Amino acid sequence: MSLDTVKHAAGTPDAGQPWAELGLKEDEYARIREILGRRPTGAELAMYSVMWSEHCSYKSSKVHLKQFGEKAPENDALLVGIGENAGVVDVGQGYAVTFKVESHNHPSYIEPYQGAATGVGGIVRDILAMGARPVAVMDPLRFGAADHPDTKRVLPGVVAGIGGYGNCLGLPNIGGEVVFDPCYQGNPLVNALCVGVMKHEDIHLAKASGAGNKVILYGARTGGDGIGGVSVLASETFDDSKPTKRPAVQVGDPFQEKLLIECTLEIFREKLVAGIQDLGGAGLSCATSELASAGSGGMRVELDTVPLRDSSLSPEEILMSESQERMCAIVEPDKVDRFLEICEKWDVIATVIGEVTDGSRLEIFWHGEQIVDVPPRSVAHEGPTYHRPYARPDWQDALQADDAGKLPRPANAAELRAQVLQLVGSPNQASKAWITDQYDRFVQGNTVLAQPEDSGMVRIDEDTNLGVAVATDGNGRYAKLDPYAGAQLALAEAYRNVAATGARPLAISDCLNFGSPEDPAVMWQFAEATRGLADGCQTLGTPVTGGNVSLYNQTGDVAIHPTPVVAVLGVIDDVTRRTPVGFAEEGQLLYLLGDTREELGGSAWSQVVHDHLGGLPPQVDLERERLLAEILISASRDGMVDAAHDLSDGGLVQALVESCLHGGKGARVVVPDDLDPFVFLFSESAGRAVVAVPRSEELRFTDMCGARGLPVTRIGVVDGDELAVQGQFDIPLDELRTAHEATVPGLIA
Amino acid sequence: MTARVGVVTFPGTLDDRDTQRAVRAAGAEAVPLWHRDKDLHQVDAVVLPGGFSYGDYLRAGAISRFSPVMETVIEQARAGMPVLGICNGFQVLTETHLLPGAMLRNNHLHFICRDQKLRVENATTAWTTDYAPGQEISIPLKNIDGRYVADERTLDMLEAEGRVAFRYVTDGPSGDGYGNPNGSLRDIAGITNEAGNVVGLMPHPEHAVEPLIGTGRTDGLGFFTSILKKLVNA
Repeated sequence: MSLDTVKHAAGTPDAGQPWAELGLKEDEYARIREILGRRPTGAELAMYSVMWSEHCSYKSSKVHLKQFGEKAPENDALLVGIGENAGVVDVGQGYAVTFKVESHNHPSYIEPYQGAATGVGGIVRDILAMGARPVAVMDPLRFGAADHPDTKRVLPGVVAGIGGYGNCLGLPNIGGEVVFDPCYQGNPLVNALCVGVMKHEDIHLAKASGAGNKVILYGARTGGDGIGGVSVLASETFDDSKPTKRPAVQVGDPFQEKLLIECTLEIFREKLVAGIQDLGGAGLSCATSELASAGSGGMRVELDTVPLRDSSLSPEEILMSESQERMCAIVEPDKVDRFLEICEKWDVIATVIGEVTDGSRLEIFWHGEQIVDVPPRSVAHEGPTYHRPYARPDWQDALQADDAGKLPRPANAAELRAQVLQLVGSPNQASKAWITDQYDRFVQGNTVLAQPEDSGMVRIDEDTNLGVAVATDGNGRYAKLDPYAGAQLALAEAYRNVAATGARPLAISDCLNFGSPEDPAVMWQFAEATRGLADGCQTLGTPVTGGNVSLYNQTGDVAIHPTPVVAVLGVIDDVTRRTPVGFAEEGQLLYLLGDTREELGGSAWSQVVHDHLGGLPPQVDLERERLLAEILISASRDGMVDAAHDLSDGGLVQALVESCLHGGKGARVVVPDDLDPFVFLFSESAGRAVVAVPRSEELRFTDMCGARGLPVTRIGVVDGDELAVQGQFDIPLDELRTAHEATVPGLIA
Repeated sequence: MTARVGVVTFPGTLDDRDTQRAVRAAGAEAVPLWHRDKDLHQVDAVVLPGGFSYGDYLRAGAISRFSPVMETVIEQARAGMPVLGICNGFQVLTETHLLPGAMLRNNHLHFICRDQKLRVENATTAWTTDYAPGQEISIPLKNIDGRYVADERTLDMLEAEGRVAFRYVTDGPSGDGYGNPNGSLRDIAGITNEAGNVVGLMPHPEHAVEPLIGTGRTDGLGFFTSILKKLVNA
């Protein structure tokens, strides 16, 4: 095939082009022709197709996402906001923390190990590109039914991929979630989060400025893997009638990534880069166009200098390849030699592939002939914007009317006891240790808390004990019942989890996992969820720093539950004051904080006992969440509580069982006079936590709650080796442990 | 005076900074050593830390064993310098034949990360004198290729010469870190050479030196205080 140069394209306006195969719509192709004033070359078409994909351009979601900026709360802590590789937050003492959660859903279904592995790799490079040392990862995961045969294919592969890649990078995996639901059967969600730490002055941005500065591509060689990953894979619905898209999945090499991390950090230390961008989705197309677009505008690249794994790759393939473990840096000419020297030290291949120009075009050459001549903004930042139609689905009313409160409840104490064991042994409520024990949580030697604690916490300064905490949450069942409230409940839960460990919530990142935007019902869910999240963040004062939207999570016409996953980052001045979940001291008093109402819609109980989803999710009261958080943080700082556990899915009884098992101590609990035992144990009212208070602190603690107006109820004491609910049942810890810990290995191992 | 303890960084080493911190926590001076540099910079002892050197490609430890720094480490170890290999470092030591045997994939085929109970079987090596013989300690274990194997004759020899330095403690509940976590023969977690200066083990003492961090135990600190005492008193 002859080379499709700019000159050739100008002279052959009618040549047929595979825009549909590349995932572009007819009007999008027409717009590219309009921008360029001619038909695009093959290489230009490749670039536009990946950069204008849903995954890269947010074309269906951006009209809704802009609320995150418009409603952003006043917050002095935000140093870098949405739009960069990741947001950056000031955590004090001169430190800045960057974090982001991102999806790698479709690749992980097709090829679980590599899909999940490269999901970790991609988010780690995003964090690295900000100038930070990555210090921890977390993985919110959703799979199909736990007993479905395909879950046995997908889950072990995903877990091994996360472990195989993350463990090899030396990043502690400190939290995350594992949720099973039949709605994720053909569409598992593999979200990955990374946290990085730097000093304020080390923040780096993705921009190419300064004519004459060199463009250096470094890291792995470019291969034929992941071509079209963002367009043909991530931005389309799965369809059984088409061939599998395995070649569109990238293949990871964690060893190369580890070298890339250390090499890049050494380059940062010597202040050798003027701008930097990782290569992830859309590969070189993305890196060159985004760097140029955010900088002065002009860049010239000699594409034939790119080191290749496969010498037969065409220029189009090189531009679209999503080969992993690559970075692109903008370097002043007098610093290039030192840059290359450091790369050589770490055995990292580095090549000058071009330079920043004083023009306004991104120009790419192949053996001396020009194959790309485009305004970079038109590729990177001026993609299409869709105002997709959205409408509240006609089934929403019936779903909400199907009240979970009408479901049959346990008729006596024996049934109540049996349902407690059934709940804590159900796949979603059971211990996930079989999974998380495959991740290294100790490496780097700064892990203060890791799963199954309420949030993961790492120390970031060994001298001052400054630390950060992160929790991720998202309940697709709640969001299905009411996407606005569901998004706020995800935010509230992660916020509460961070506060329960003693850290002050500062900011959030989100991964919005939804079905096809071409379905008005899904688009309504998306619109409601983003509005809910933006409003919630405004009330709680926690800005959205960035994140990711994953659409087309559906098989055929059936979409997943709307699943907004929210990650909250918090700061703790002294990690020695952190609060764990486990009840460790006999005789300590148990207090329930917050109000318990009869709220069973979307609850774990309704799912486990009745396989039911209907009614309304728990009420949201964000002012209450804020008050609860303040109490939990003060109590931690002043040593008034020794253990705390947030209440969420599974309600109080789930929290009590986890705290008992984790601390190795039982509890004797009394049902408050005004509550039904079943509601007391299983309701999922939000804005609640259970805490263990040393007797010496009781008065101080209850006085503080009273003074600030937080309802607080003494419900029992840490004692013995069973969970005893007075007048109802006693369950030995051994029996609880067996029920809680045997489930996941029994299903998956 | 204090002792200088070198910590080697190979490409893909992960626990080098943690190990340096543990060395400092014991009161010794931590000296970073680079894999390409044959010069050991006058250190008195060397730790080969954990990680995935060279990505564990070919076989764990197989490539690192040929790095320039190892030429000197092997020479000095034979001359009596204390050397500790942790996890990947232990794998490197078996590849160099400073220690016998080899590590295979865990019998359950998964990576495993947990707090692990060990019994100190030999408290006379350069790295274990601060422990009592038979003492049970709990330190993190994290690996996928951790199953220690050797032929029967070698195992008998190790037992007879008291060179099994650590064994997994099997008589207790697995949730509390008891049990053989990977199918290692004779529950062996770590061994020493004849002279007692070279020790290798799979679990990670450097992750158990601060009460706040990780498992909250400090059972691993004894490795680093043992070597400091030995070197300072030498």
